Parts: sequence; structure tokens; C-alpha cells
Amino acid sequence: MTRRRIGRGLVYLLAIMIALWILIPIYLITITAFSPKDVIYSWPKSLFPRVISLETLLFFIKAQYVLDSLKNSVIVALLSLAISLVIGAPAGYGLARHTFPGKDVFRLMILSTRAFPIVILSIPLAVTFMQWGLYDSLISVAFLHVAMALPTTILVTSSVFMGVSKELEEAAQVFGCNRMQAFMRVALPLALPGLAASAIFTFVLSWNEVFAATILTLYNRTLPARLFIQLQASPLPFRFAGGFFILIPAITFMFFIRRYLFSLWGITLR
Amino acid sequence: MAEIRVENVRKTFGKVKAVWDVNLNVRDREFTVLLGPSGCGKTTLLRCIAGLEQVDQGRIFIGDRDVTDLPPRRRQLAMVFQSYAVFPHLTVFENIAFGLRMQHKPKDEIEKQVQSAAKLLHIEELLDRYPAQLSGGQRQRVAVARAIAVQPQVLLLDEPLSNLDALLRLEMRAELKRLLEEIETTTLYVTHDQVEAMSLGDRIAVMRDGQILQYDTPLNVYNRPANLFIGGFIGTPPMNFLEGEIRTEDDRVVVHTGGGDIYPPPKAQAMLRQLKEPEVLVGIRAENIETLHTPAEGTLQAEVLVVEPLGSHNLITMQLGPEQIKVNTDADFKAQPGQTLWLRLNADKICWIEKSSGRAMYPD
Repeated sequence: MTRRRIGRGLVYLLAIMIALWILIPIYLITITAFSPKDVIYSWPKSLFPRVISLETLLFFIKAQYVLDSLKNSVIVALLSLAISLVIGAPAGYGLARHTFPGKDVFRLMILSTRAFPIVILSIPLAVTFMQWGLYDSLISVAFLHVAMALPTTILVTSSVFMGVSKELEEAAQVFGCNRMQAFMRVALPLALPGLAASAIFTFVLSWNEVFAATILTLYNRTLPARLFIQLQASPLPFRFAGGFFILIPAITFMFFIRRYLFSLWGITLR
Repeated sequence: MAEIRVENVRKTFGKVKAVWDVNLNVRDREFTVLLGPSGCGKTTLLRCIAGLEQVDQGRIFIGDRDVTDLPPRRRQLAMVFQSYAVFPHLTVFENIAFGLRMQHKPKDEIEKQVQSAAKLLHIEELLDRYPAQLSGGQRQRVAVARAIAVQPQVLLLDEPLSNLDALLRLEMRAELKRLLEEIETTTLYVTHDQVEAMSLGDRIAVMRDGQILQYDTPLNVYNRPANLFIGGFIGTPPMNFLEGEIRTEDDRVVVHTGGGDIYPPPKAQAMLRQLKEPEVLVGIRAENIETLHTPAEGTLQAEVLVVEPLGSHNLITMQLGPEQIKVNTDADFKAQPGQTLWLRLNADKICWIEKSSGRAMYPD
């Protein structure tokens, strides 16, 4: 009884330590981003902000290229999301509903595309995009992000569609739908939350991706790519504000989709 | 309202012959039950009729329309699925209205039809709820209401009661029977539960290995099974089978079994005489055997193995020669394991079975 209690306590302790390991930097970045310049440069640091100000964040936003690259980031992320869903969801549906020769091999091959490091993919792609006249365009970055997101999108949507009973679509067909209507009226609405989760996953992936975006663009950089280059040469407030800006969407989206991520792993969240 | 006609239908999955040369004719307004052990092809046959499976060969007619190549939505039928398949994202009202909405019926007619279907199934108060808020039995009612709301020519039910608990199943069974008598639709009902089949069907089609073995009224299927398999499949307990050998003594046919001689009635004698082989199986149901404490003319001696008091009657398992036999007695009949009793088989109720083919024969 007491031994079990001690074991439980240890597990909780470990969980708390891991959480702190992640949360403390996030907390420090956040309070620093909301502190005025002189506080940021002062030492020792205080754990609790005494002055809250938007000075640092405004400084960051007003910096050259920041708003442009923010816009680029949003466009690239939305493009990646749309393209990967348009290609990935039907593939996932096919995997969920049909058996065909080589299905298991296909499933494995989808994943194996992730075995190539982005470094290896990006440079030949940069050359190819130059030949095609796509270099330094947002769509080229989006294409690479789609390539990165597609395996997850396909596997996630296939498990989402597998969760929608086939009998429901058959019932819809018996009661007057053709296959397409049965999909639109029954399978799609039921799969929507899962599809949304997978879409947001792609969005966050694209939002956070640095390397490919850096190599494939020169002037039309996304926010992470821009920061990646500028951070070393920037003043401290700029770095903290940048870090905060990159963090926020990712955390917000993760919060939205965590229940679906858990359900994909077979854990129910109460 | 229409008949269902299935002609020489075949359906295979890879090498598995799910449905093999099946012919079935369900009359207008008739309630037919497809009965068989799991894997016998009954659900596949139903799905072929629904259009959810394409047949490999043969034709399917509903009324006088050849529906073989039509998609499910054009066959003017409704179906109740084993898992109910109630749409989770729609309210009960919208679930029942689904088929009518797809037919673009006017709003007031949809309202009227949904209300009347809901009323028939006693779910009027549930119309605003979502399926997740319903119990299994209530979901089942929604599925049936959705099917009858479209006023189909043909109603197909695929093991609709199998997911309910025993008590609810009994209740729903009686209610389904009342309901289907009321709406008078041609109905095809799939089940592996012989009691359900007996109690619901106007006629029962017994299936095995993708084929229909017998298509007859419940009483005929029970009392006059077409073959060994049906006799052994239907009835609790199943029919007893004794191995016998036909002999002729003084111009009389006697069937010699390990437990003693059985004297067939005259009509049966004539029939048995024409058999080419002497081996015959004597099929007899537990309730057609009389049990006596004392020996009498024409009885067989047997030893009691197990006595199971079932309240309404006793089920006694006995050793009769080399074979075991199950016999029903009155509830107050006293017997102990090891005791010797005498059995009188009601010879008119015996089902004579040709041993080599398993085919059952009846003198009349």
C-alpha cells in the first residue's frame, strides 16, 4: 500500500519535472516578451514581471520584414493544409474502406517517405524549383511542407475514417444516397473533427518548419526562416519577442487538437 | 408492397461460395425468415437483395422490376442493420426523416410520416435527442422507425435483435411481430436464432453453405425437417437420431436399432421397403417420446444419465443402446440417474432419414 503510494508519487514527480522543463522556458520567454527593454537587459532576472509592457512586442512587429514574413507564414501554412487535405483525405478514405493488393506495403511506403532527411530533399528540390521557375515562391515551400505532412495526414485520416462505421454509409445508400452523397452527408460530418485535427497538425508543422523554408526561399521568407537568420544578429528583446510569436500559434493549436491526438493513440481524455 | 424473387443468384468472395445458386420467392406481404448458422450466407443474400453487394450471377426482382443492376437507393426498399447504423450526428427526428428528405418529400408530409413512425415505435418523446443519448433498445427502435417511415416496398432486417439483452430481445420480438403485421410490408428477416425464426416468420428459409435447404412454414420446418441438418439445427433440444437397419420379418418391415426394434406404421413401411440401402436414421423429437416406469409392449429400455428439471417440464438424457437420447417428461415425473426406464416412440412422428444422403422422408 505505502510502496504503491511512493511509486505513484515518483511518477507524479517525474511528470511534474518534465512539465516544468517545458513550461519554464515558455514562461520565461513569455514574461520577457512582455517586459520593457531595460528590464530585459537588467540582471539578476526576476521570476515575476513587475512591469508589463507591449514595447518589446511592438518593436518586433515594426521591424523590417516581420509582418511580411508573418503573412508569408500564414499563406504557406494554409496552402500546405489545403493541399495535404485534398490529397491526403481521399487517400486515407481509400485506405480505410478498401482492401487492395499491396495495401500493407503501401501503408509502409507512405511512412518511409519520412525516412529522407529534409536536408537531402531540400537541396535537389531547390535546384528543381529553380529550373521550374518556382524558386523563392511560397508555393514551393508549401509543396515541401505538404510532402512532409502527407504521411501523417493519410494515416490520421485513414484511422479517422476507420472510426466511421461502414454500415452508416451503407444505410445512407439504402435510404436514397449515392456513394458521393453518402460520403458527404454521413462520413464527412462524422469525420470532420478528426480531419480538422489533422489539418491543424499540418498547419503547425508548416508554421514551425525552418530548414526547407530557409533553403527554398531568398526574399519571400516565412517567419521562422526569417528569424532563423536574423536572431543571431538581433538585440535581445527582438529575440524574445520572436520566440514568443513563434510559440503562440503552436501552443494554441496543440491545445485544440490534443483530444484528437489522444484519441488517435487510443487514450481517452476526461 | 411487392414480392421478392431471387433467381439462381451466386455470390463468391475469392474462393468462398457465400451464396450458391439460390432461388427464393417471398410473396407479397409475406414475412420470411432467413435462418442458418453463422457463415451460411444469409446476410450476404440479404445484402445482395439490398444492392450492397453485386451478384456474380442470377437476377433479383422486386415486384416485377428487375433490380439486379440498380443501386440500393433505386430499389425502393428499407433495411435495419445489425449495428442499427443510426446516424450519430443527426437527431432522432432527422434520422427517421433521412429517407424522406432524400426523396424531397414536402415538409409537412415528412413531419407527418416521422410522427406516425415514431408513434408506432413509442419513441415520440425522443425525437429531439441524439443517438448517443439513447439506450441500445431505443436506438433499435429508431432504426426500425427510419426503415418504415419511407414506406418501402420491401423491408430487410439483418439480425436486428442480436445486440439486445435477452429480456429486451423477447419484448422487441413481440413488438416487431405486432408492428410488421400492422404495416403489411413484404419482409425478409435474417437471424441465426431459431426461436426468433419460429416465432416471427410466415415461412422460414433454412440456409447452409450458401444454399437454401428448406423453405416452409415454421411448423413444417420443425415437424418435417427436409434433412438431417435441419432436424439437428432446429429445436431445443435438437432432434434425436438413432442409427437403424431395415429388416423384413414375416413380410413386416422392422427397423433394428442398437436400443431395440422399432415398428414403423404401415405407410412408412411401404416407403422404407423402396429404399435401396438398409441403413436408415430414425429422427424423433424429445416431446414425441413417452417415458414409462414399467416395461410395456413396444417400448425400448433405457438408462437415465442426466435429469434436468426445467420448470415447465423435465429434460432427461438417457442411454439407449449405444446412443444417447433426450426425452421430455412432465415436470412431476420422477427419475434418478442410473434408473432404468422404458421409452415409447410415437411412430407417426418419426422422421425417416436416408443415411447416405441425409434426406428426410415422410410417408404422406
